[in-house]
Amino acid sequence: MARGTPRVIDAPPRGLLRGRGLRDEEFRRKVSVTPWAPALEYGWDAGLAIGRFLDGLQDGRIFGVRCRQCGRIVTPPRAFCELDFKPMDEWVELSDTGTVNTFSICYVTWDMKPLKRPQIPAVIEIDGTSPRVGFLHLLGGVPGRTVEAIRAEISVGMPVRAVWKKPRDRTGAITDILHFAPSGRRR
Amino acid sequence: MTGKIRRRVAVVGAGMSMFVRRALETGRELSYYAAHQALESAGVRLADIGAVTMATAPDAFDGVHMKGEWLLDGAGGARKPYLRAYVGGGSGVFSIISGWTMVASGLFDLVLVVAEEKMSSCQPHPQGAFLTIFDHTIERPLGPNLLWIFSLEQQRYMQTYGIRNEDIALVSVKNKRNALDHPAAQVAANLTVADVLASDVVAWPVHRLMVSPISDGAAAIVLASETVARRLTDHPVWVQGVGWALDTSYWGNRDLSYPRYVEVAARMAYEMAGVTEPRKQIHLAEPYDPFAYKELHHLEGLQLADKGKAPEDLAAGRFDRTGELPVCPSGGLMGVGNPIAAAGLMKLCELFWQLRGEAGARQVAGNPERGVAQAWGDLMQIGTVAVLGVH
Amino acid sequence: MSDRVAIVGVGTTPLRTLSPDQSYREMTFAAASRAYADAGVSHRDVDSFVSVCEDFHEGTSITDEYVPDQLGAVLRPVQTIAGDGLAGVATALMLIRSGIAAVVAVEAHAKTSNILRHDQVLEMGLDPVYERPLRLNPHYVAAMDMRRYLHDSGRSEAAVADVVVENRRRALHNPIAAYGAVLTPADVMASAPISDPLRELEVSPYADGAVVLVLAGEDAAAAAPRPVWIRGIGWISESSPLAMRDWGAAAYAALAADMAYRMADLSDPAREIAFAEVDDTYAYKQWQHIDAARLAPGGGASRVVVNPSGGSLGMGYCYDASALYRTAEAVRQIRGEAGRNQVPDATTGLVISWRGIPTQTGGALVLGDH
Repeated sequence: MARGTPRVIDAPPRGLLRGRGLRDEEFRRKVSVTPWAPALEYGWDAGLAIGRFLDGLQDGRIFGVRCRQCGRIVTPPRAFCELDFKPMDEWVELSDTGTVNTFSICYVTWDMKPLKRPQIPAVIEIDGTSPRVGFLHLLGGVPGRTVEAIRAEISVGMPVRAVWKKPRDRTGAITDILHFAPSGRRR
Repeated sequence: MTGKIRRRVAVVGAGMSMFVRRALETGRELSYYAAHQALESAGVRLADIGAVTMATAPDAFDGVHMKGEWLLDGAGGARKPYLRAYVGGGSGVFSIISGWTMVASGLFDLVLVVAEEKMSSCQPHPQGAFLTIFDHTIERPLGPNLLWIFSLEQQRYMQTYGIRNEDIALVSVKNKRNALDHPAAQVAANLTVADVLASDVVAWPVHRLMVSPISDGAAAIVLASETVARRLTDHPVWVQGVGWALDTSYWGNRDLSYPRYVEVAARMAYEMAGVTEPRKQIHLAEPYDPFAYKELHHLEGLQLADKGKAPEDLAAGRFDRTGELPVCPSGGLMGVGNPIAAAGLMKLCELFWQLRGEAGARQVAGNPERGVAQAWGDLMQIGTVAVLGVH
Repeated sequence: MSDRVAIVGVGTTPLRTLSPDQSYREMTFAAASRAYADAGVSHRDVDSFVSVCEDFHEGTSITDEYVPDQLGAVLRPVQTIAGDGLAGVATALMLIRSGIAAVVAVEAHAKTSNILRHDQVLEMGLDPVYERPLRLNPHYVAAMDMRRYLHDSGRSEAAVADVVVENRRRALHNPIAAYGAVLTPADVMASAPISDPLRELEVSPYADGAVVLVLAGEDAAAAAPRPVWIRGIGWISESSPLAMRDWGAAAYAALAADMAYRMADLSDPAREIAFAEVDDTYAYKQWQHIDAARLAPGGGASRVVVNPSGGSLGMGYCYDASALYRTAEAVRQIRGEAGRNQVPDATTGLVISWRGIPTQTGGALVLGDH
């Protein structure tokens, strides 16, 4: 943005400043570029705690786990309490309702292309978990596309309920929950 | 913590490359520009350097695995003890902590610290490198992008304290204006709050002009032990305190309205520096500002403003370059640019020049004697803090 | 202020080909629990934490963000070294010597079984403009280095095959090794060619595992049950481009060893060191590292017992965790806890590490019982 006639700025770094910026057109046509498309594939072991959590999701259930020492109940569950550093093995079944800790309304894809229908990511705190134990998911079942329209329907602290995929479509993944919708509303 | 530090460490030279959207140069070449300038400004040769530490963020940007190896020739690391300390966005300020550890340990008298980033290689957009920062099993299938976590945090911060977007937009205005005096700046500009709020919403509540740019660039400093520093210069800038803290990866389990990991890191650094009243004893601050609201968020974590009150202080002019506590006199990431690791080290270069009275058009008045730089990164969880001073 | 730093705790999970029952978090938690118990500390007693890992080994960008929970390090000073395992140990040593920490944990883990395309990961380490476009199986880099090394050193392919036989045999007596086996040199020579002269059985096989070490300064180490002292450490990187390297030489290992020997005040390593755990990611590397570290002056056999653990060939290769596993084995040797593989009078040991292709980076660590 500091374009036009370059003015001499009397401030460091002084002396020859190197680094030649390319304009889009130069990048596309005039300089030498070597492309590479990596094919990196991984198959991550879910392990004990998440494995059981995902099995629960496939059944339409949300499991959490409780630490006997500090008493926290958390979901998604973990095999050990990261604060007390000991195994966490008291499993509890939680309801599929919760509250919205925070949300956003996103109008772009990761590569900055516009989205027609915005996505609404949120941090959801499931009922029955300890305070401030939330996780990432999506809000849905909200009409409207503008910030004003959506903010009229959604607020921080609002109660929500999970909207599940049909049982036969579930695979034991976080996406077995399609999204969370304002309570009392059905898609 | 034992409480007794073995020996003092000083910054004796600094250098950087231009920060641009897309450099012709390779990452190695950019590193060389910065490293060479730092060595020259310190008056030392590469042969004098005992060890090199390199800071550079995701390998996915360059599309090179173990990219620390790939870059080392440009950073002067060949045939030397060389290592790469990598803590995501916190790396730029962590780099001086890594270098400090090397000199303070007694193993090396002169260390070269280099930070580099070349985000432009990642196509079609460098944000693609951030798709894989999310938990591979319980988050990635939801298709999250980087903007989500910033906007979720900004929303929580605004909601908790009743902060408006107008208050936050002032950070973009201040920093881009400060950057007009920075020769390496990529996105310096004269804007108003209205301009910022008129830019389109990328992920509400974040507007486009509240986001720092994609950048290529490098920065470097030279660290010396006390004996060597005094031989090299009459004005060493001392690393008075360092601190760092990494919070839980379960980021949804945290109060997003307050960066407690910055507070923990700051307290660690302040304790080492003997700073008991930061608001009186810190004369200028370079907190990490990849998004406009983060400057405010971080100032509160750094104990330089009350919780939820940083926007008021900003609006009152306290953080202007001519104010009581100049914040980001360099122009920050919002004004100079954000080649991730290099941006953090750029802030340390700024403190170096400011504390020696060499900052020219950007010079903060009143002979500042102590400054703090801070960076942040990972899944919004790491705070890295360094306190620099003339004594 | 004391210079002395000791390794006071060691925790490893047994190396396995597959580990489907454990996530990387659970595996690392297991290793950390063992290390802290071994050191007689709780997670709260640890002042600083160092992890050694690489994004593309995990399949996660900025993978360091996932470190703290399984080490009990939430809101504590945690850093990640994207580098050699011994650079992680060096960082811990420097943290302690600086005075900023008294007890430091160093961690690495590997879920090699979760990487479905190892060749793609290795290829990503090559220069994208000058090296990758050749589209060769990356093991060729080791193969060319092997050929040059054999040419310069005069060592034979048979001597390389002997390394495989010996290391796989020793692994039979190592309870945490994954690949113990009885092989003959003929088996090795007959195994499938990877990239001539490199053969399949000369490439160490992959394994999953996690390892945590606990280091402490002199005062804190005094309270620990079995400290093993770090007498010297070194780490070096050489120029990375293939076109700019000294093929066959492993100068990084020679320079790193010199750095460590100087610090340890060792003038005659071949005599003063009882055993050495040297990187054997590729079997020829064992000889190359022995020569670089001056453990076999005159180019013959070495009096030093090399890789009593079975090495990576016998234990399994686990990327960033390899160097720390070998360090853990060295600590057990000096403590006299190495069972059937115990080297008699193992009072001084050496670890030589290498980051793997295509790097020219490695480290050296001299450990002693006092």
